[in-house]
Amino acid sequence: MTWDNSAITITTFLPIVGALVILLVPASQDRLVRGLGIAVTGVALVFAAVLALGFDYGTDGLQFVLDVRWIDAIGARYHVGIDGISMPLYVLTYLLSFLCAIYTWRYVPPPGRTKAFIALMLLLETGMAGTFIAFDLILFFVFWELVLVPMYFLIGIWGSANREYAAIKFFLFTLFGSIFMLLGFLGMYFRGPDPRTFDILKLQEFAQGGGFTDGFQLVVFGAVALGLAVKVPMWPVHTWLPDAHTEAPTIGSVLLAGIMLKMGTYGFIRIALPLLPYGAQKYAPWIGLLAAIAIVYAALACLAQKDLKRLIAFSSVGHMGFVMLGIATMTEIGIQAAIFGMVAHGVITGMLFFIVGSVYDRYHTREIAVIGGGMSQTMPKMAGIFAFVSIASLGLPGLAGFWGEVMALLGSFSPNEALGLDVGLYRIFMVLGGIGTVLTAGYFLWMLQRINMGTLPERWSDSGFRDILVVEWVAWVPLLTLTLVLGLFPRLIFGMTDEAVAGLMSFFGG
Amino acid sequence: MQSVDYHAILPVLVLSVAVIVVLVVDAFLPPRARWLAMPLSLLGVVAALVATLTLIGDEVSTFGGHYVVDDFTVLFQVLFLSVAVVVLAMSLRYMREGGFYQGEYYFLLLTAFLGCVLMPASRDLLMLFISLELVSAPGFLMSAFRKSDVKGNEGGLKFFIIGVLSTAVMLYGMSMIIGLTGSTSLTGVAEGLATLSGGQRTLADASILFVVVGFAFKVSAVPFQFWAPDTYEGSPVPVAAFLAVASKAAGFAGLLQLMFVAFANEWEFWWRAFAALSILTMTVGNLVALQQRQVVRLLAYSGIAQAGYILLPFALVSADTATNDAAFSAAVSYILIYAIMNLGAFAVTAAVSRRHPRLLISEFAGLVKVAPVMAVGMTVFMVSLAGIPPTGGFWGKFLIFQAAIERGGWGTALAAIMVVNSVISIVYYFAIPRAMIFQEPESEEVMRPSWLVTAVVVTAIVALVAIFVIPNPIAHLGDISVLGG
Repeated sequence: MTWDNSAITITTFLPIVGALVILLVPASQDRLVRGLGIAVTGVALVFAAVLALGFDYGTDGLQFVLDVRWIDAIGARYHVGIDGISMPLYVLTYLLSFLCAIYTWRYVPPPGRTKAFIALMLLLETGMAGTFIAFDLILFFVFWELVLVPMYFLIGIWGSANREYAAIKFFLFTLFGSIFMLLGFLGMYFRGPDPRTFDILKLQEFAQGGGFTDGFQLVVFGAVALGLAVKVPMWPVHTWLPDAHTEAPTIGSVLLAGIMLKMGTYGFIRIALPLLPYGAQKYAPWIGLLAAIAIVYAALACLAQKDLKRLIAFSSVGHMGFVMLGIATMTEIGIQAAIFGMVAHGVITGMLFFIVGSVYDRYHTREIAVIGGGMSQTMPKMAGIFAFVSIASLGLPGLAGFWGEVMALLGSFSPNEALGLDVGLYRIFMVLGGIGTVLTAGYFLWMLQRINMGTLPERWSDSGFRDILVVEWVAWVPLLTLTLVLGLFPRLIFGMTDEAVAGLMSFFGG
Repeated sequence: MQSVDYHAILPVLVLSVAVIVVLVVDAFLPPRARWLAMPLSLLGVVAALVATLTLIGDEVSTFGGHYVVDDFTVLFQVLFLSVAVVVLAMSLRYMREGGFYQGEYYFLLLTAFLGCVLMPASRDLLMLFISLELVSAPGFLMSAFRKSDVKGNEGGLKFFIIGVLSTAVMLYGMSMIIGLTGSTSLTGVAEGLATLSGGQRTLADASILFVVVGFAFKVSAVPFQFWAPDTYEGSPVPVAAFLAVASKAAGFAGLLQLMFVAFANEWEFWWRAFAALSILTMTVGNLVALQQRQVVRLLAYSGIAQAGYILLPFALVSADTATNDAAFSAAVSYILIYAIMNLGAFAVTAAVSRRHPRLLISEFAGLVKVAPVMAVGMTVFMVSLAGIPPTGGFWGKFLIFQAAIERGGWGTALAAIMVVNSVISIVYYFAIPRAMIFQEPESEEVMRPSWLVTAVVVTAIVALVAIFVIPNPIAHLGDISVLGG
């Protein structure tokens, strides 16, 4: 075993090992448990960073590969590796988990039980990270499903009033889609190359050699896309998201929005497109249509929200709509936009959920009308950061939110005509997306006006809110910095993804 | 006329001796020492288990081919004897504190397990019938062991009447098959059936259905399931565990031999019946389970739904031996995993029943605070029954899906139906963990389950997680797909 072939395995499973260690600590040692949580996620982040630094960004192949026997009887192998598409999401997973652990130093939502809280968070981290490095369909699926149970408990135990309903709804929706995805994987296994394999790269080679029939691809793409679409979530299977995000504890929302949603879009780029190219080509306009609807629908829904957290949750549906629109163009620029959009959304919306959590912690309400304005008088720093992140989220040039959206729109201006995509149709999507951008700016600015501006309501005048605390600064500064840096230097992401996306799209001639 | 291989039948002999010893010893023990029947039974079962383990890898046929020891036999015998250990462990405290007739109970329990152990080795219609009766008859009595309880009497009587009826139907079918083919051995029947034509073939097909109906009662397949919830609820909890796990697995062991050996060539006729049975069983089981408020009834309906999943591979049979092997191994693996997770769930239920004899789901509220090991265990078992990682139940369902997709055609549709069912099942499987973890207990007083039950629960948790991490051994069990004749 060398570092090169064991690095990913160590990094991915480190959090689970940490979780087991934490379970051995007596529950009375509350501080120690929280400290261990920070230490484990911190070490894991360092490992991930070392991986990222040791990565050769000049090629499009897999690196740090480990491909060994796993379950012979089923035909599954333990095949892990990382490429330019996986890398940004993999690192983001570790960064957000680490920041969540820091945030937990101060905030463990009622009913406490710190040990279980942190152990579940670590289990979740392994599941999320594993999804991005698995190159065997079964391994991918196992990691994909591994996140369900911990997230169910995170929402169900530490969530707010309506938590049980939100938790089971989240679980049922995701599971329903994903088992159909599993059936699709099995279909590819049995119709795939000889000898049968679940290996993503081998199946990709087989598919691009015309191995799967057109009719087969149409059916299987439908099944796989259903599983992925629920996770993204695409309109109209998004309805679990507002409930789950609203009811989840702060770090649950951060990880849900920041990383788990990306598992769905990543699956489209990694599996659905390259393994089922004909199906992707035929479904692309429909995906584009649903994405355009999602953008406009989510913006309108946001305008109608009375609950601050729910508003941010709905805004995620819109942002993921842009990501899906980018994918639906089937062009290199569209895929680049999608990956950038995924990272930017993870950073920005993760940050927004942190702020909303902290605002709730002070006001003990999420009702916009009850909060009633004037936050810039009581907590000027919090209000300033809130405004900064909101403006980044609505896509102001120079900040991270801009590149994903504008490039997705650019992509839909000229979709991949070689695949027979209708340019006129995509331009309609582009216009709808443009309208969505305007509405997005509208609801964010209106939200800032109602929260930050105006006079402070009487009831908060002597509440003595404390502005941003040290632990909050520590957890937030990395995200705020990234928001600015990714906006100014988008090459940081594009540099990672360029080669891999070009390699992926070379088949489509985009 | 034939020599008997005593090594091959050693597990059966040991268990038979234990049965007699337990019955006789009970008569000479003072009432206070009656609980000794349990350690004695345990000793017998463990001895039989050791005897079985010495048979691993053997291929022996004795009694003129009616009794066969091969990997399939050993696998199921080890399963049944392990289940027996667990049921005995659950029984000790339950039977002592409940004021039951302990000597008779352990005698009946061991007799039933004797039938279970005979079942996988029986390669003959009559032997299968005798084994099945040996499982059922003590079951009738044990399920009515709560004599002063109206529900116990009702459940026992229902089980008895329906059990006898199904036996009669099955025996009728068997007698016609024996008449038509002139053979009682499974391979002889298969050969005989192949030569039939015309009206005789129609009669043979009808007879196969009769036999299937008989077994469908045993494994509580819809529409022959309605006795199960009442009987489980009325039985002592360890007996319910026996019925739900051992009795059902024995039924499946017999059914597997019949369908995949004796009736295999008639698959074109019967696979549709199994498709219908499977769909009905899983769907009805799951939908009715949604309505349950009592844990044993919930487990009963869950067991019906699970039987539907195990019936699915039967509907995948075709002329292609590769897919048949996959289907067979999927069914076998699922039965094993089902046994572990269900036994665990019943063990927790038995522990909770000491404080809350009515066993309502709402009475499990806050269990994580008063009995953390039990609560964590129950959560793992429910997640596993739902088929979700990180538990062994996931691979169980996976193997069935894999076999179904490999079969293609109708198999794909069946898999899709099973997917929808799996999602429905989450709602009720999660109802118990929800109560245990999300809700507050009525009293904070700590619950102290017996160390035997705790050991069972911990072992089951470890086994399910281990199967998830290292599924190779379980998945390889399917290699025993060729049954000896």
